[in-house]
Amino acid sequence: MPPRMPIESGVPDPFQYMHPTLARNYGAWKYHERPRPGVLCHTADSGEKVWTVRAGTQRQMDVYTIRKLSDIADDFADGYVRFTIRSNIEFMVTDEAKVKPLIDKLIAEGFPVGGTGPSVTMISHTQGWLHCDIPGTDASGVVKSLMDELHEEFINENMPNRVHMTTSCCQINCGGQGDIAINIQHTKPPKINHNLVANVCERPTVVARCPVAAIRPALVNGKPSLEVDERKCICCGACFPPCPPMQINDPEHSKIAIWIGGNQSNARGKPTFHKLVAAGIPNNPPRWTEVASIVKKILQVYKEDAKDWERISDWVERIGWPRFFELTELPFTKYHIDNWRGARSSLNASAHIRF
Amino acid sequence: MGKPMHNTPMLDELESGPWPSFITGIKRLAKDEGKSYQNMMVDLLGQLEHSYETKKGYWKGGTVGVIGYGGGVIPRFSEVAKNYPESKEFHTLRIMPPPGMHYNTKLLRDFCDIWEKYGSGLIALHGQSGDIMLQGTTTDNIQPCFDELNEMGFDMGGAGPAVRTGMSCVGAARCEQSCANEQKVLRMLVNTYIDDMHRPALPYKFKFKVSGCPNDCMNSITRADMSVIGTWRDDMKVDQTEVKAFVADKGRKYVVDNVISRCPTNALSLNDDDSLEVDNKSCVRCMHCINVMTKALSVGDDKGVTVLIGGKRTLKIGDLMGTVIVPFMKLETEDDYEKLNEIAGNTIDFFAENALEHERTGEMIERIGLVNFIEGIGLEVDPNMISQPRQSSYVRMDNWDEEAQKWQERKAA
Repeated sequence: MPPRMPIESGVPDPFQYMHPTLARNYGAWKYHERPRPGVLCHTADSGEKVWTVRAGTQRQMDVYTIRKLSDIADDFADGYVRFTIRSNIEFMVTDEAKVKPLIDKLIAEGFPVGGTGPSVTMISHTQGWLHCDIPGTDASGVVKSLMDELHEEFINENMPNRVHMTTSCCQINCGGQGDIAINIQHTKPPKINHNLVANVCERPTVVARCPVAAIRPALVNGKPSLEVDERKCICCGACFPPCPPMQINDPEHSKIAIWIGGNQSNARGKPTFHKLVAAGIPNNPPRWTEVASIVKKILQVYKEDAKDWERISDWVERIGWPRFFELTELPFTKYHIDNWRGARSSLNASAHIRF
Repeated sequence: MGKPMHNTPMLDELESGPWPSFITGIKRLAKDEGKSYQNMMVDLLGQLEHSYETKKGYWKGGTVGVIGYGGGVIPRFSEVAKNYPESKEFHTLRIMPPPGMHYNTKLLRDFCDIWEKYGSGLIALHGQSGDIMLQGTTTDNIQPCFDELNEMGFDMGGAGPAVRTGMSCVGAARCEQSCANEQKVLRMLVNTYIDDMHRPALPYKFKFKVSGCPNDCMNSITRADMSVIGTWRDDMKVDQTEVKAFVADKGRKYVVDNVISRCPTNALSLNDDDSLEVDNKSCVRCMHCINVMTKALSVGDDKGVTVLIGGKRTLKIGDLMGTVIVPFMKLETEDDYEKLNEIAGNTIDFFAENALEHERTGEMIERIGLVNFIEGIGLEVDPNMISQPRQSSYVRMDNWDEEAQKWQERKAA
């Protein structure tokens, strides 16, 4: 019997899984309000209303958790849910009287309700030690630890504007840009297992992968291998995925760095990339307390000092970097001054000085 | 009886606190007597604790797939299988969700049942690529598991140098700011170029993301090779009665400080009678005022999309935002959609032919210049593609008259 060939059906039609009220009013919504943290209320042109209750999840869910959320959806939300890209689950309710019982049920089952408006919503993150082949840390653990600490900021809307945080286990930064990004930063060149390189790695590919041309072919102990010019190496780890014997992860020297001011939205200014503010932070499982204390400090200063509707990027744009480092009490070092391509545009070419 | 649990003092600490714990979930699976995944999850926790102790990861890739496709399975083999043999294979299946990530509970339960039968019982909703991540199964179970999911109407997502799983926002399904039929755009783009997803042969990854408005909730400008963003070209809509109600409620100072003065192009003015004046010619459709005054202000009626190409993160030349290649196009008729599809196809073809190995679209454009790319895919230049014109005089302009003539002709057309 010939093997079964896949049905190349691609992306499925969403309408078969969409809450009927959403499907019925597709493309015909009029406005929305936020009656309380964790709840959105959308009104359609037809006059129909839908209340969305948003709750945090752990992202990696066991089937029992998913079934529990399904039970809640069946009992309170007509058997439909959707997820946000930050792994929050949303229940759509057409009867306002069901909103409060749904919230109570979610909280009773351990799912925090919030993440709307000017709150700290769930951290979008990568996988880490649970599954990735190149991770420097366990993003899932970092995120669990941080969200425990930031729980109050998730369930309330007390920030100047929304705070989108991300966490990434290596400098590839699959977690994406963030108002605050918590990413692994390697500080030492890769350690090469020369016995394995020739068998495991396609050497020209690895040489081509290096952003600073620090890798060259070499014979080591009579075997074809690769060597790294450690004076040129920027410890980015780009050689590690195509060549696992070039181990970049180091229990001591793979540190955590914190970046701020990434903003995807076009609201007010154009989108921005996040910028380095702190580095050299130890990668300390299981609770990464050093990370949490810096993140909380940044958030506290932002909350106190920013104006309504200022994202972190807008706020720093207004107060300036000298004031940011002063308020957060973070050290400003030579490493904060960019020297990569395009870096001149990040220098102050003016007499605009802050005091 | 299942295998005894490993001692996991560090992971245990991640079970406390108010946020839901993924460790508690995995432990539940590890204690699930009689289930095929029980011992796998016992050893998975053991290996994870070992990672927490030594601060290193222990998974390596390999080659695992399904018949007919060249990608979509993320193979994981343990490097410490000697100590944790039951989780020596822990592969992930990437499955494309419905756009907007809508589910009914039957569908969620079906996924759970299938993954309980063939996999670890652990599902990530969702991966950063936008996939349903069915995390952890053996090489032998990949094919039968995929077959069942595929029969349910679900298809494999992308991995490797290929068109990747795309994402679109909730959009028209539940957002008044939506200016596009996001799910239709996403399904058309990904499903047309599905061959380039399932048979990876591009220079590197190629991502589509679709956002319904310039708030860009899908992060498409920074994360997508081809970003499609809904916008409008007529005047934004102002309900002056609601404006006055908003001013009365919040006060003039609030409105001036948070709406009028935050407009990036100074296109707003509060009149003496508390109505709003909008200079629509100067408005850049940033969304800020509409975000603040959700009842009073809304997007216009003449909707369409902006297309940007080339967003990506650091590797290898540094972060790049996507940049505009189509300032505005209507998406009403099937011909309009087909035109967008052609732009995508031309872009992928140009990328396949001109990018270096492991080079993203943004890096390719950085290397060859935007004009070579624009001409390569058959589009015309437009001042909306730039923040400012050239400032360097080091350029040959032999054909100035000809190019100026083209502009005049396009303007006259």
